[in-house]
Amino acid sequence: MHAVEPAVVARDLAAGYGTETVWAGATFEIGAGEMVGVLGPNGAGKSTLLRLLLGLLRPQRGTVQVLGRPPMRGNPDIGYVPQRRPTTDETSIRGVDLVRLGLDGHRWGTPLPGRRQRAAGRRVADAVAAVAAQPYAGRPVGQLSGGELQRLLLAQALVGEPTLLLLDEPLASLDLRHQAGMAALVSDLARELGLTVLLIAHDVNPLLPVIDRVLYIGRGGVAIGTPGEVITPEVLSRLYEAPVEVLEDSRGRLFVVGLEDEVSHPHGY
Amino acid sequence: MATDGLRAALLLAQAGAPARRTSPRASWDVVADVRQLLHYPFMRHAFAAGTIVAVVAGVVGYFVVLRRSSFAAHALSHVGFAGATGAVVVGVNPVAGLLVFSSVAAGIMGALGQRVKGRDVTIGIVLAWTLGLGVLFLSLYTGYATEAYALLFGEILGISQRDVAVTAIAGAATLVAVAAVYRPLLFASVDEDVAAARGVPVRALSAGFMVMLAVAVSVAVQVVGVLLIFSLLVTPGAIVERLALRPGRAMAVSVALALAFTWAGLSVAYFSPYPVSFFITTFAFAAYLSARLPAAVTAVAPAVRGPRRGWRARG
Repeated sequence: MHAVEPAVVARDLAAGYGTETVWAGATFEIGAGEMVGVLGPNGAGKSTLLRLLLGLLRPQRGTVQVLGRPPMRGNPDIGYVPQRRPTTDETSIRGVDLVRLGLDGHRWGTPLPGRRQRAAGRRVADAVAAVAAQPYAGRPVGQLSGGELQRLLLAQALVGEPTLLLLDEPLASLDLRHQAGMAALVSDLARELGLTVLLIAHDVNPLLPVIDRVLYIGRGGVAIGTPGEVITPEVLSRLYEAPVEVLEDSRGRLFVVGLEDEVSHPHGY
Repeated sequence: MATDGLRAALLLAQAGAPARRTSPRASWDVVADVRQLLHYPFMRHAFAAGTIVAVVAGVVGYFVVLRRSSFAAHALSHVGFAGATGAVVVGVNPVAGLLVFSSVAAGIMGALGQRVKGRDVTIGIVLAWTLGLGVLFLSLYTGYATEAYALLFGEILGISQRDVAVTAIAGAATLVAVAAVYRPLLFASVDEDVAAARGVPVRALSAGFMVMLAVAVSVAVQVVGVLLIFSLLVTPGAIVERLALRPGRAMAVSVALALAFTWAGLSVAYFSPYPVSFFITTFAFAAYLSARLPAAVTAVAPAVRGPRRGWRARG
């Protein structure tokens, strides 16, 4: 059983590059086993938050604790899937090779064949099976669809048996049906493996069935709570320092109106 | 002056034209052929150096293609040309000049890191200047045309025992370095972001790889020359990339291909009046074509079959 201490604790946290601050005054806690959707417009600093948690960027101000420790590069307890496709279309690396890198790619040296290799192969096969990617895991990643590659990257993040999963836009480049499938897969795996998940997304709607809370990063500030608490005209208007409206359709889907195009017109609309 | 390899190349080239017209004859007796091939010391040296170079080029070439750094290989070979010719002028072994110049250039390129990317115009201008420097150094030395020929197109038949030793040491050092960083280098080459998050020192690895590449380029220049470096350092990796093998196996096949090109090139050239580099590059090119052909045929086939199917449907 995991310790009940929160997975992430931020106090008056500020992030930015050089002298420029992207957001500031972020105070929040993310509990162990929670699934949190990280939302906000382009350039608001969603990926910057993940970089802070990964130890790739130092806080400008305030403190942050990840799994009870300050952020540390190469923390084996964190699984990470970055946003962009990692390789060009020509690459010959196969899906299983990509997953394998998540297991011991950071270690020095050249592995020699033997019992340890066979054990590693089994762990890779288990991770591939966990995301149901067996049919295409042997193919070169350049030939995979966006959804297939995303599942293999998820397997790569899972194969190291992390306790915290950081996913940057895993739903991007997927159609609506696959977005729902991917969100459900992440949610199922997180519950089964007892993972804490921070998942960056553009649109909250595919996440509504699976997330516990949303962390909304707006112009300069951060708000956290259930979708109903955060995605409201009052909170968003305060975050954006501009009037914002939230509309809800008959199926409970939320639409934020009054911001940039990509926020007021979620995918599919 | 200790320019044994190039000296020998010069002597060979001077004496070569008439001598090679009566090139040895190959028979169907393979054992006798091999005995013939290895009869002269210069051929034994050529096979020894060629084998080392092929192994190093096959391994490093896999990463060159994976990391899309073939332009860097090209650039380093040009800088190495200036180093080799400069070494000839001051009376140092040209292979040492190649190693020093291309390693320093690799260090600078590695330190600049990301900033080098997309600057091919700047790099091209610097390269042209280094080639010009090389020409100046050559003019300061008497053996002008032959030296240039040997460096630009390779002259493995003129390789000395000492060159073989230098090649063996440099090659072994490169292979040990690759083996030491194999996994993180692969990780950083395939997925730099995740590798960095997992604690892999991607910048340092990138700079380190550039130095390994510089060494591989330097030893390969002896076999195929500055201008034909791609045939050993890029073609095997590019062929392997189309086969979708696991990385270890892919590297083994890449080495096997580089060895096949080199050995076949040396053997065929021995029994013919034509240069080794021609045969090595031709075998490499032919292998690349045959690796690409199936994919090209499947891509074209539907377009070819399309109309016929339509015609049948109408009939």
